[in-house]
Amino acid sequence: MPDVTALAAEALVPVVEPFAADGVFGLLWLVIALPLAGAVVLLAGGRRTDPWGHLLGTATAAGSFLLSLVLFVALLGRGEEERQIGQELFTWIQVGGFDVGMDLLYDQLSALFLLLITGVGSLIHVYSIGYMAHDPRRRRFFGYLNLFVAAMLMLVLAADYLGVFLGWEGVGLASYLLIGFWQYKPSAAAAAKKAFVINRVGDMGMSLAVMLMFVTFGTTAFAGVSAAAGEADSFTLNAIGFLLLLAACGKSAQVPLQAWLLDAMEGPTPVSALIHAATMVTAGVYLVVRSNFIFENAPVAQTAVVIVAVVTLLWGAVIGCAKDDIKKVLAGSTMSQIGYMMLAAGLGVAGYAFAIFHLLTHGFFKANMFLGAGSVMHAMDDDVDMRHYGMLQKAVPVTFLTFAMGYLAIIGFPGFSGFWSKDKIIETAFADNLVVGLAALAGAGITAFYMTRLMLMTFFTDKRWAPEVHPHESPRVMTVPLVVLAALSVLGGFLLLGDWIVEWLSPVVGAEEHHELAVPAIVLTGIITLVVAAGVALAWFTIGRSEVPRTAPAQVSPVTRAARADLYGDAINDTLVVRPGSRLVSGLVVFDRSVVDGAVMGQAAATGGLSDRLRRVQNGFVRSYALSLLGGAALVVLALLVVNLV
Amino acid sequence: MNTEPYIVLSAILFTIGCIGVLVRRNAIVVFMCVELMLNASNLALVTFAKANGNLEGQVAAFFVMVVAAAEVVVGLAIIMTIFRTRRSASVDDASLLKY
Repeated sequence: MPDVTALAAEALVPVVEPFAADGVFGLLWLVIALPLAGAVVLLAGGRRTDPWGHLLGTATAAGSFLLSLVLFVALLGRGEEERQIGQELFTWIQVGGFDVGMDLLYDQLSALFLLLITGVGSLIHVYSIGYMAHDPRRRRFFGYLNLFVAAMLMLVLAADYLGVFLGWEGVGLASYLLIGFWQYKPSAAAAAKKAFVINRVGDMGMSLAVMLMFVTFGTTAFAGVSAAAGEADSFTLNAIGFLLLLAACGKSAQVPLQAWLLDAMEGPTPVSALIHAATMVTAGVYLVVRSNFIFENAPVAQTAVVIVAVVTLLWGAVIGCAKDDIKKVLAGSTMSQIGYMMLAAGLGVAGYAFAIFHLLTHGFFKANMFLGAGSVMHAMDDDVDMRHYGMLQKAVPVTFLTFAMGYLAIIGFPGFSGFWSKDKIIETAFADNLVVGLAALAGAGITAFYMTRLMLMTFFTDKRWAPEVHPHESPRVMTVPLVVLAALSVLGGFLLLGDWIVEWLSPVVGAEEHHELAVPAIVLTGIITLVVAAGVALAWFTIGRSEVPRTAPAQVSPVTRAARADLYGDAINDTLVVRPGSRLVSGLVVFDRSVVDGAVMGQAAATGGLSDRLRRVQNGFVRSYALSLLGGAALVVLALLVVNLV
Repeated sequence: MNTEPYIVLSAILFTIGCIGVLVRRNAIVVFMCVELMLNASNLALVTFAKANGNLEGQVAAFFVMVVAAAEVVVGLAIIMTIFRTRRSASVDDASLLKY
């Protein structure tokens, strides 16, 4: 992409220069502290918090949301130049010249994230009250949820890469605890471990990036790094960019670190919603967008972001087409949609705002659909196989209607939130590079196909229920969040009204004059809509009009088989990492046993053997001792003579 | 004064004593050979003292005599005890203290 370099030179990369927090902004720390306090009380309080634990957990999340809302309104009231607010809480690390404060940064970007995390997070909390009602460990679940939200808030509010890293690790820990929440299931325990280990690979990239930043710039604060990023040599910047990309790949489940996301479906469904919509997977996108001052000066790393994103958005979409597990289809779609966000983030100044825009709309409709899927599972006795669903629209009408809103949003039905956000990303991609644009366009078509397939198999076609299943609508505490999220899925597009979000974010991520397209934007929108319609039609003709078998057919094309096996993601990991790793380890064990142990044990055996020979000299015969005495004396005399002669 | 004959005599006596210690088995004889070696060295010390014209060698010879006397006391006591317990004065029989 030749023009990316040119853009980097032209675009004025903004520098982070926060104003001191005053007035209501002094309460910024409370946004994190509330859910954190909730987590501490619930997890340390033990059983005596059981009766009201879920209420406290929800209250802290909701309180955090209200506070975020107040702060957002206050931020709107400030002048455009004064919308970066920093709060210095305390000195965190002070070693020699290395001084890291626990500083928070509240600007246009973190304000949006705060609303998404606490807003969608609160709705998921409310939903979980109903969903986890029969789980004896519900209080602990809410403690973990609060911890998750607190860690994510720390991640987006930190004014320092080290602070981001703190939240980053907290999110990793909380996701591990939540994915493995039903740890008595071996599959859940394994999935949690897998997520944790794969995330660790990404975390290594993050910590290396932070260290490299400290070596290069002498600071890890956004303010310092963004001010100095322009002068550093491009190799270092690209290296930092690549390390940050590795980190983002781990958290955001981008190829090649995508394998954990599908297994993460082992956790309770609200967790999936939280991971996929409000927290965790959005962290990678946040990191790339927040580090725009790095990526704008690192064109190679930026190109790598685009490549990773394009591969992931197709990869996830293809997986989504073949899965029968409703949650895994949604997980595949998350991978794919996060791919869109990363794509936009990789396109530089032109795309950052659209990445965040899609992240917000995706947060709404994906949380909506995951919670909807949870509601469907609730109705079907926790069966996740879509081949056992069918014709559920009558049985769970509210879930159906809300899910449909999410569905229309994700495929990009004109007018719904996903339409606006995805359209903008594809447009930007086309303006940048034809191949990337076509891939993004194809992704939209495939998305339409698999989401329509999911809709048809779940809510339409014929009943394929197990005989003992009697579907019923979920309680009000679960449907109300669904309705709210459905409304947001429909209306999320309003954020783009008059390019509001682009202008809102421009002080953080920079702004660019409008790019020119080969064809008018309206024509491109028409083409996208046509591709989406083609995907829907294809699904209708292949699934909607024929009978869906209750068990997955075994005679399928190699492509389907590959997609069912997650495009061999696990096999690739196994071949490239796990098996060579275990072979290396067994080789090292052999080396240790033979060479290292051999040397040590051999030395001991040699000493022992030699001593055994040597002690024969002590034979108890006085005369032989006398002889050796004489020999020794003779030797001494001889030595003296030799020394004297020489 | 010609010291050579004294030294030669001293060397011969020492060698006889030495060979006696190595080849004889009877503890009493071994003991006597040790005395012979001590007195051979005494002779050499006194000779050198005379040759050098000072008394240091003679003083050393006196010390050797004192030590030899003490040694005889302890050594004969040991030999007596061994003989009483084992009914033999052979040094090769008293070889229990070994590896």
